Amino acid sequence: MSLDAKTVLKMARLSRLGLSPEEVSTYQKEMQGILGWVEQLNEVDITNVSPMVGTDLARARLREDLVTDGDCQEAVLSNAPDREGPFYTVPKVVE
Amino acid sequence: MSAYRIQGETGEWEVVIGLEVHAQVVSRSKLFSGASTEFGAEPNTHVSLVDAAFPGMLPVLNAECVAQAVRTGLGLKAQINLFSRFDRKNYFYADLPQGYQISQFEFPIVGKGVVEIELSDGEKRDIGITRLHLEQDAGKSIHDQDPTRSFIDLNRAGVALMEIVSEPDMRSPEEAGAYVRKLRQILRYLGTCDGNMEEGSMRADVNVSVRKAGEDYRTRCEIKNVNSVRYVVQAIEIEAQRQVEIWESGGTVDQETRLFDHIKGETRSMRSKEDAHDYRYFPDPDLLPLEIEQSWVDSLKAALPELPEEKRARLEKEYGISAYESSVLTAEQNIADFYEEVAKGADARLATNWIMGDFFAALNRTGRSIEDSPVSAKGLRELLGLISDSTINGKIAKEVLEDMVETGASASEIVERKGLKQVTDTGAIEASIQEILDANADKVAEYKGGKDKLFGFFVGQTMKAMKGKANPAMVNDLLKKLLDA
Amino acid sequence: MSYHFDLTLAQARDALKAKKLSAVELVKAHCEAVERLDGRLNSFITRTLDQAREQAAAADATLQKGEGGLLTGIPLGVKDLFATKGVRTTAASHILENFVPPYESTVTTNLLREGAIFLGKLNLDEFAMGSTNLTSAFGGVENPWKKKDSDARLVPGGSSGGSAVAVAAGLVLGATGTDTGGSIRQPSAYCGITGIKPTYGRCSRFGTIAFASSLDQAGPMARNVQDCAILLEAMAGFDPRDSTSVEKDVPHYEATLGQGIKGLRVGIPKEYRTDGLSEEIQALWDQGISWLRAAGAEIVEISLPHTKYGLPTYYIAALAEASSNLSRYDGVRFGKRVPAKSLDELYEATRGQGFGEEVKRRILLGTYVLSSGYYDAYYLRAQKVRTLIKQDFLNAYEKCDFILAPTAPSGAFAWDEKPTDPVQVYLNDIFTVPASLAGVPAMSVPAGLSHEGVPLGLQLIGRYFDEETLFRAGYVLEQAAAFHHRPTLHAGVSA
Repeated sequence: MSLDAKTVLKMARLSRLGLSPEEVSTYQKEMQGILGWVEQLNEVDITNVSPMVGTDLARARLREDLVTDGDCQEAVLSNAPDREGPFYTVPKVVE
Repeated sequence: MSAYRIQGETGEWEVVIGLEVHAQVVSRSKLFSGASTEFGAEPNTHVSLVDAAFPGMLPVLNAECVAQAVRTGLGLKAQINLFSRFDRKNYFYADLPQGYQISQFEFPIVGKGVVEIELSDGEKRDIGITRLHLEQDAGKSIHDQDPTRSFIDLNRAGVALMEIVSEPDMRSPEEAGAYVRKLRQILRYLGTCDGNMEEGSMRADVNVSVRKAGEDYRTRCEIKNVNSVRYVVQAIEIEAQRQVEIWESGGTVDQETRLFDHIKGETRSMRSKEDAHDYRYFPDPDLLPLEIEQSWVDSLKAALPELPEEKRARLEKEYGISAYESSVLTAEQNIADFYEEVAKGADARLATNWIMGDFFAALNRTGRSIEDSPVSAKGLRELLGLISDSTINGKIAKEVLEDMVETGASASEIVERKGLKQVTDTGAIEASIQEILDANADKVAEYKGGKDKLFGFFVGQTMKAMKGKANPAMVNDLLKKLLDA
Repeated sequence: MSYHFDLTLAQARDALKAKKLSAVELVKAHCEAVERLDGRLNSFITRTLDQAREQAAAADATLQKGEGGLLTGIPLGVKDLFATKGVRTTAASHILENFVPPYESTVTTNLLREGAIFLGKLNLDEFAMGSTNLTSAFGGVENPWKKKDSDARLVPGGSSGGSAVAVAAGLVLGATGTDTGGSIRQPSAYCGITGIKPTYGRCSRFGTIAFASSLDQAGPMARNVQDCAILLEAMAGFDPRDSTSVEKDVPHYEATLGQGIKGLRVGIPKEYRTDGLSEEIQALWDQGISWLRAAGAEIVEISLPHTKYGLPTYYIAALAEASSNLSRYDGVRFGKRVPAKSLDELYEATRGQGFGEEVKRRILLGTYVLSSGYYDAYYLRAQKVRTLIKQDFLNAYEKCDFILAPTAPSGAFAWDEKPTDPVQVYLNDIFTVPASLAGVPAMSVPAGLSHEGVPLGLQLIGRYFDEETLFRAGYVLEQAAAFHHRPTLHAGVSA
């Protein structure tokens, strides 16, 4: 299992984590170690095994189509680090 | 119809088109939260803490959205999957609060289906549906309010969308346009999407590629978020032309997403960032797989409204109308409903002619739609009844309709008020005719001398004298009797 | 009267009902203990002592009328992963250091409905990711226990380290915890208290900050089995706002305690006897077996053949989910924001600076195992192995009624003894993750002291929704073990 710095940077980019060069190199080593360790799963025969989704303890439950929520603009905006009137804001997005 | 071909320097090119249509589901609340879906509210008011993805908030699936997807699937004659699943599509964007969109990737609720389209020359074609799945809409970014910031409104975030994916079965811009129109018509009939493209409740991603006859598919480009039928047609024309030029100049078309700019009349690349997307789909652990019962699907099927094709066939049969007439009268469900409401209690032929003629013209002239028609179906039926029972004649009826549009009064009120009731009193008509004949003795002589054409002149003079209110059939009969006497 | 901090939650409840003790006295004593000891222990991130004192007076009024719920007047602590309306909720992360939820989690709502009084929000590993409580952005927590002849600070375990310490040191009568791979059981064992992770779906996850959604489960941590039974009954219950919550009645757990385990079959999983298992843990486990046998249970050897794959399976599944669950911390709608010129820079700076080292490592790994080209090899494979692990338990329960195993491979260790290799840290969870992966309930009960003088726990693992058998067996174990030791740092010990 070899994992290069480029891959770490790619993962950091996908997950929007700004990392210092030191962090990249530390994570590279650690991730390599962890991924090497999880490779023991390759020993397991998974032929014809279906992946676990949920615990089979419940089935999807559907909600009635009623308006029961919303209309809480202040609550929704109460923690916004930068708001403008009724809006959240972000640095200008150029499309 | 001759096939659509782009004439290049190296010969003819065929266009291959597939569409992904995003249709907003008609429901009261959002796909996974109890916030309202109503359009046009104050920013961030139709937002729950679930929609804003606050820590610890969890999605709960809306049963009606599932039912709407199933109804749509049935309307597209598609496979309904009793097992489906919600997956997370991971990416960051300002108007995507969770950092992922909940969608159905691996197991959509609806599988293969078909839509029949009809082209302008009456030719019919089947367009394959690959799948339909449910997903969340994103919020809205507003870019023009501040020099350095974009504003985020999450009212739309979490509203249910159906993504309807077609096979790459279309071969001309016209077909693509006809497909979108047909799809919209079906969704509207089903009541599963209002089809309002201006408000964004229906939009299309258009996949376009070109190829020489007999070739395999070449690289396609995806034109994102096209929001009218006209733009779909234009975007395809422009994009196909662009691709032909690239191939013919020895270049290659890159697979990418593009944006259609209708003002500049061009498509341009949206690939603004260096990184390719990797959505890392995986089953959403907050939601369990969706299993629905066949019996429930059956009950939804039994309750489906009549779809456009069925309605056309029935109207043709019940009211004796032509294929053209049925296609116009079923274009929208409410037009068909209006028509039937009028035609049921009236002379069907008269109703068809009047609705397709004077009534549509009146709507056009006043810029109204059928929903806010100034004349109700009942009102129009009353007017036609007055023609049928000879209370007024057709010419007067046109005048009455105009008055109805203007004043909103009923036909009988207008006829009463203006004294437009048709004169059917033989004596009065005879007296009027006699006056005309007396005053035009020379013409009577000519007529008798063999100039048959003058009969029309006498009819016209009589009607004029009687201010149009005479029963035309009676005028004819009496005139003949008196002239031939 | 001066309060001696020797009452269990059940005893305090009874004393309150009998009016031998007032809620004001009880809460005041605990608030003072927090003020006296927690500067050092650091088990609280946010204290709500003034509010608690006011609520105590109201609780007395209720009790005076002979009214009240299961927990009226009882001082509790809440792991700072449960959203509490109007009270800062941080998940022990800088990224949420100023977050004040406008909502209350279902679990804490249930506790409040029963009259509980919260003294504050308890420390944990950042976003519940860790087993030492050293990854908290608000500093580590000190285990009130000491090794013999050493004053070294010990870790309390994690991630519910603050909860375990607050209970063990007598600062609260009980606390909420959450358990994703052992985060209730392991710190309970390290701190000499009792904790139960109920069946997945038993407690609502609504309003609890997610680490790994398919594994996270809330549960109580308290002085003993009875206290846990009382607390779980109050916390648990169906919640329509959590799609994975299971619609099942919550039994009156306390009533099952004295029922014994005569005739029940206890499974001893042979795969848990790993090569590295210390003699001390082995001996404790054997002792536990004898106690249960003496109580009339039948001991049967069982096999959970995929045990050794539990940890890697757990880490893949949990980290994949976590990488996605933590995407919402982006500096836009709540939490910390590091200003920047572009949206992407804002995301990267906010998340890069807002999350700690362990959280970032886990997000990177989780992103990796889901990414294109690796999904099948890691995530999908792990979910298939997870199916096999779950099947192991179902097979085992054909032969036994519950399982006995150690909770952790060792007792608490010193802060500076934490291994630097993440894999070595992860190995702490070796005995706890299989139950989490299967979703079955599991409880840790203090069963003895190590040769170094720190507590060790034994773990009971049950059938789906059969927490009752765990309470019965846990009670038997507790009576037999007669674990009445007190840690060095304790509210009842004058400073």
